[in-house]
Amino acid sequence: MTAAMRILTSLAAGLLFGLGLAISGLLNPAKVKAFLDITGAWDPSLIFVLGAGVVVAFIGYRIASAINKPLFDDKLQLPTKTRIDRPLIIGSSIFGVGWGLAGFCPGPAIASLSLGLLPAVIFAVAMFIGMVTHDRFLAGKV
Amino acid sequence: MTDTYFAPLGGGALIGLSASLLMLLNGHIAGISGIVGGLLCHRGQRLGHDIAFVAGLLLGPLTYLVIFGTAPQVVVAASWPLLIVAGLLVGFGTRMGSGCTSGHGISGLARLSPRSFAAVLTFLITAILTVLVMRLGGWL
Repeated sequence: MTAAMRILTSLAAGLLFGLGLAISGLLNPAKVKAFLDITGAWDPSLIFVLGAGVVVAFIGYRIASAINKPLFDDKLQLPTKTRIDRPLIIGSSIFGVGWGLAGFCPGPAIASLSLGLLPAVIFAVAMFIGMVTHDRFLAGKV
Repeated sequence: MTDTYFAPLGGGALIGLSASLLMLLNGHIAGISGIVGGLLCHRGQRLGHDIAFVAGLLLGPLTYLVIFGTAPQVVVAASWPLLIVAGLLVGFGTRMGSGCTSGHGISGLARLSPRSFAAVLTFLITAILTVLVMRLGGWL
């Protein structure tokens, strides 16, 4: 029963996330590039997306850590790494370059697959290859 | 007005709500690159909910289509070779850096994680510089 509820929760959360991406404009690479293009016709609206998302998640997380037990699982699973290390900085730098080049980050790239757009498919396949390449050959070695 | 403030704020709030639900009910953070990377490479005991989350993510833009009667705008200017290079970098970089705009940007900042603050600052700087170089080179 709880296993089914967990799956239903994930489905609903994924849907809210994808709908949020679509409504906010983050789904649109042209809008993302306009946000990153600070010397051009700068579009600041993605700051509001991030701001609203962080504030709402902050409240949700505060409640979750106060209760300290998720409804459908035994305990909260939080990231264990706390050190600002080389893989974090190098990996984030590489990600930023790719994000700037095409305007796609992982969430929007996957969500827009359902719209059947070829550029999203090409990007997503390359992204999957990049992920597998890292995890198979380089995880923990850099 | 509507486009500049309300849609981004409303959409952002939905993303924050999604992250809150995942934490309150299932007890984990909302990180897309982690979920997808896990699906592609590890297939642990979370396989079921990871598939469900991705299925929901795919349903998101379609739900937008049903509610608003028009598909969300997705304009991609990049050429095929550029998309491939960008995709490889995004996939590799997010796995190496343990997160992307969702895991570090929303969940990490909401947890006030210094590691995520460092990651967000780093990828914002390199993304802005990349677009700046493209603009200066006339490739934008």
